[in-house]
Amino acid sequence: MTNTLHRFGRAESFYDDYIVFALPAKGKASGQQGDALAVLRRFMEIAREYKPVNMGDALHGGALRPTRTKNVFRHFFKRNKPDMDKVVRGMTKAGTMAVVFDNKAAAEAFVRRIREEDFGISVNVSSSVENGMACCKAAGVPRHSLSYSLGFEGIGDNIPNQHAMMLSTMCGHGMIAHSMAKKMVDFVKENRRSPEEAAESLQRICSCGIFNPSRAKRILEDAKVGRKT
Amino acid sequence: MKINQDKCIACGNCSYVCPMGAIYVDPETKRSTINADECVECYACYNGLSQEALPPRTARLMRRFFAQFALRFEPEPDICPTAAFEPDHLEWPRVVRRAFSDPRVPHESTGVSGRGTEEVKTNDVSGRVKEGEVGFTIELGRPGVGVRFYEIEEMTKALAAIGVPFEKNNPVTSLMANLETGEIRSDIRDEKVMSAIVEVKVPVARTEEIIRLVWDVEKRIRTVVVLGVGVRCDENGEDKLVSPILARLGYDPHRAKTNLGLGRKVLRDLSAHAAPGMAQVSDVPAPEAAAPRARVTEDA
Repeated sequence: MTNTLHRFGRAESFYDDYIVFALPAKGKASGQQGDALAVLRRFMEIAREYKPVNMGDALHGGALRPTRTKNVFRHFFKRNKPDMDKVVRGMTKAGTMAVVFDNKAAAEAFVRRIREEDFGISVNVSSSVENGMACCKAAGVPRHSLSYSLGFEGIGDNIPNQHAMMLSTMCGHGMIAHSMAKKMVDFVKENRRSPEEAAESLQRICSCGIFNPSRAKRILEDAKVGRKT
Repeated sequence: MKINQDKCIACGNCSYVCPMGAIYVDPETKRSTINADECVECYACYNGLSQEALPPRTARLMRRFFAQFALRFEPEPDICPTAAFEPDHLEWPRVVRRAFSDPRVPHESTGVSGRGTEEVKTNDVSGRVKEGEVGFTIELGRPGVGVRFYEIEEMTKALAAIGVPFEKNNPVTSLMANLETGEIRSDIRDEKVMSAIVEVKVPVARTEEIIRLVWDVEKRIRTVVVLGVGVRCDENGEDKLVSPILARLGYDPHRAKTNLGLGRKVLRDLSAHAAPGMAQVSDVPAPEAAAPRARVTEDA
């Protein structure tokens, strides 16, 4: 999948957006052997030490998930908050595990640590080309492969509702509707929700935990005052 | 997907959450309704919204009461206050919609997981894209537009016409009636999905040809196309073959997935060589039993 690749925004808008993910090579043709689930669980355990802003298991979801209740009065309670440990505890199958950082130092330190651990699992950094290159430099490895995003054909940088587009494309699976992102922008503009609350509402809808709530909060703050990002 | 009309209180939250804009409040029934032709069965409404248990009759009464005083009942924007969404049993060919739209389900219709393959994400292990080759992911329908298979077929037929082989393990490829012509099965042509990825691999020399073809087809179909270009870097971690071609075509790619090259055929055995001070695998609490809806917090 290309769910982390095609985020809308200029290069500079990704300065606080690093998705580091690991996945096993599937299929007999790849010939990969070993306990991938144990390796991925350790990958996520280590990630917790570097204070990510989100973590996700493609199968079960991210750190902040929708809730279900049969309790009538739950409607009046406070909402749930991100739970990183729940992501690690809930891993049942070796798939794509993602960790989201909002700062260069943490992302690079984590990548360096993962290289030292020498797990043998494929690790990718989805961010700007420069950020990816810097992570490789920090880890002391040359880039192996690249997957460039050439952007959405026919959709330029200066479009109406640019902020909503930046928010909705943070879920590459398309689960965050453009109309929901626009609604959250409007809620923040009307001061009906804080940028944090609006970002959390969007984060719950992302089904694999690659949504970056820090970047979302910044985008919503920019949108509130009409600042181009 | 269907909405239980006895439970729905027409708060309208779900109409914003639907990525395809297929949910609206019917003025006659005064209930939320799904335009089944536009719905791609992504389950964003069912899985994405938190579900609460307000009694529908009471909630409707409260809404009417508040409306008398020009006040508004306003639940949190990402909840369904009465848990009105109910999954439908999907038959062929409609099940294809869900397979290409809901990221949580494997491709039951095609036998392939996800909308695409691992591309170059595991290239350090699989060696799928070698130096001198380019792997294209041509995604149609994203962001937030959706695509029908007859539009995907425009792309696959055009690619087939210039003799480009399709990635075997890709879900779109598995739904082709004829790999030589790029023809899609006739029984699914009208089905709409969130997005679909066509994957091909060509020598670097054909990069410009493929991109120009995508430009041409993109003008003929009523959806959005987004291109991903996968390359193998040289021993110094540089891409000196494809980036100049992209620059010549007017692209300045600023976002990419970077494979660090840490993968190998045999994974580290953690049971025997756990690093000091770190949690053993066995120390991690046993995961809850995997359930189809395990991602949803159950507090009842």
